[in-house]
Amino acid sequence: MGSERHTSVDEHTRSILVPHIGRQGAFVDALHDVQQAFGYLPEQALRVLADELKLPLSQVWGVASFYDQFYSVPRGRNIVRVCTGTACQVRGCQAVLQRMESVMDLKNGETSADRAFTLETVNCVGCCGLAPVVVINKKVVPNRDVERVIRDLSKGDEGDE
Amino acid sequence: MNKPASAADLAALRARLMAERQPGCKTVKVCTGSACRSADALEVAQALSREVARAELPVAVEHTGCQGLCQLGPLVTVQPEGTFYGHVVPFDASKIVDLTVKRGQFVSHLACPHPETGRPVRSADDLPFYSSQTRLVLRYCGMIDPMRIEDYIEAGGYEALARVLQEMSPEDVIAGVKRSRLRGRGGAGFPTGQKWEGARKAKGRRKFVICNADEGDPGAFMDRALLEGDPHAVLEGMIICAYAVGNCREGFVYVREEYPLAVQTVGTAIEQARAMGLLGENILGSGLDFDIEIRRGAGAFICGESTALMFSIEGKRGMPRVTPPRSVESGLWGCPTCLNNVETFANIPLIINRGADWYVTHGTSGSKGTKVFALSGKVRYTGLIEVSMGISTRQVVFDIGGGIEGGKRFKAAQIGGPGGGCVPEEHLDLPIDFESLDAIGSAMGSGALVVVDETICMVDFARYFLQFTQQESCGQCPPCRIGTYQMLRILERIVEGKGNEGDLERLEDLGRLISETSLCGLGKVAPRPVLSTLRFFRSEYMSHIFEKRCPTGSCSALKRLVIGPDCSQCGLCAEVCPQHAVIEKQDGFTIDQVICDNCAACVTACPMECILEDTGEGEPNERNSADHPDH
Repeated sequence: MGSERHTSVDEHTRSILVPHIGRQGAFVDALHDVQQAFGYLPEQALRVLADELKLPLSQVWGVASFYDQFYSVPRGRNIVRVCTGTACQVRGCQAVLQRMESVMDLKNGETSADRAFTLETVNCVGCCGLAPVVVINKKVVPNRDVERVIRDLSKGDEGDE
Repeated sequence: MNKPASAADLAALRARLMAERQPGCKTVKVCTGSACRSADALEVAQALSREVARAELPVAVEHTGCQGLCQLGPLVTVQPEGTFYGHVVPFDASKIVDLTVKRGQFVSHLACPHPETGRPVRSADDLPFYSSQTRLVLRYCGMIDPMRIEDYIEAGGYEALARVLQEMSPEDVIAGVKRSRLRGRGGAGFPTGQKWEGARKAKGRRKFVICNADEGDPGAFMDRALLEGDPHAVLEGMIICAYAVGNCREGFVYVREEYPLAVQTVGTAIEQARAMGLLGENILGSGLDFDIEIRRGAGAFICGESTALMFSIEGKRGMPRVTPPRSVESGLWGCPTCLNNVETFANIPLIINRGADWYVTHGTSGSKGTKVFALSGKVRYTGLIEVSMGISTRQVVFDIGGGIEGGKRFKAAQIGGPGGGCVPEEHLDLPIDFESLDAIGSAMGSGALVVVDETICMVDFARYFLQFTQQESCGQCPPCRIGTYQMLRILERIVEGKGNEGDLERLEDLGRLISETSLCGLGKVAPRPVLSTLRFFRSEYMSHIFEKRCPTGSCSALKRLVIGPDCSQCGLCAEVCPQHAVIEKQDGFTIDQVICDNCAACVTACPMECILEDTGEGEPNERNSADHPDH
């Protein structure tokens, strides 16, 4: 089983890397694409990436672990990010975060056991005019709509399975 | 559409586009910037398109970038009259189309009220929010459709590029930019012309132009708005820069990953510019070859630092290096590199078109032109604004921002994000320019302007910024890595009521040390919010340390619950208190402050609502009388 899974990760990663090979400084972009495909950066994919781009694995891991937006563990299908930018801070994002933690029954940075949701914070998404805001799957949601959107997502998620 | 092969072709194309537009033809412009979009602006635009189609009107519904007044979004403007509506919902579409578009009528209940008179205003210019601004860099932002290069060309876009390629030598361009005395808008304020000259003089067969769009300051969204609202102005600035620098065939726009819409908009703009022959080989028949690529960041604030940004493009860890050599001599892949901020590039076409002599008429003696700010926090009108350098903080907060929301009192304006400082009430009339802000220990920064009112604790506010920079420190040099951590520890202690005598002096010493010895800009400016609040709000720090109280009552660890005079002696509070902190004495119930852990169970239980938060200032019942129904 294990080796079969590896093979598919290997192949998938190789196909993702094709446009990046030989491009100068394409490494961070390549990591973005791999993460896009798997939802996180599986160790095996990083090994393949190191191999294909002819970089030491240590360097690959060094870069992948440096940036906040690269994840080494699987994440939820839905990502809920509470903005903690200055404007949101001034307008009460800590209370929003606390409420999200209790509504979703997750702590900041955690993923639910069924991998439906990940709750985390983000440093300013530049929608300060609407502060405090929450970003749900790349969509900025004003505070008043957050719980409705999450409820809808939970329903949709159950429907999918 | 044919590729314009020369400057004359481009002018002809513009003339044709202008001729095609029928005079008096109505357009409905819907703001689809990130803020309005999250308030369902796309649905509003759809509903408007449907209504226009239903009424069979020859009217275009256009998507524009940020129109500025994010607080009242989604915004809709009907041109050419300029009728301006805020908080529009899809349901309003039929009214806008039937009444305003068709009959030219004004629907007063959809309009924004004037902040003073409360009367609905017809046009955006009637609102002080807009009339007090000087919108030069943002002139097309919110006016044109950023996804259509034709709109930009029709408005006069790429005219500056055509003129540069046709009439000016690279030296002329640099001389012009130097004469405009434009200073970099990313924060440091380095003279742009001097940087370009440095890059031109540097020896190298391969040079680069980079646009820094890694806008990481929390509370800043100017660059995002520009990229989403007028991306071609930035590209045009970059192409002109490449021409001036020479030997430059490649450019990069480094955008934050957190700005997906900006990535998409710039991507479309680059493709369209390529299709028009404004990027690629032999631009407008001038022999200039130049192309631009987008690189996405990955959530590292430090990558906004220019050397770190270049390492990130190279595919390395984004850690700043020691300068010199400066980037203009040895930057990306060791080649001379000219890196400027988004707003700086957007200024360039303006300077070329209107001339440096015109440009220097705006601003103060040391800071020319305008500055775009992201106005947010506790003001009535938040949004994207552009003002002449030298405007006072008072004008920004009270005229443009409409004052403090909820009738609260102004406390400070934090300018420049985590690397900036605050402007307190006594400096409200201070002109906003590089020198004046520097003089009071604040900084222009990239342009985040967050207004705080009397309810915000400045100690906790400083702790917030330091926590941010501490988290974002790359960890390379000890002053920043260890110093900011130590400062944060002290601040955390203070807000928890565990501050000691001497803490403030320690904070100042550490702050100075970190500023002087850090490797890069992030570390150098990291202590600023702390030093600045220490300078203007020292008494607040003292209250936390010596009286163990927070004057604003917002530090939860320092809250004290007390029983007010309305107590009916029912004893419910004593029953629910999990710590048994409510003690019955002869003259009634009291809360033992040593045992109490502020869980507030008694507050919920009290039928008289007389358990109050005491911040140590005056009588507790007086302070809270506004929230108290019995008073």
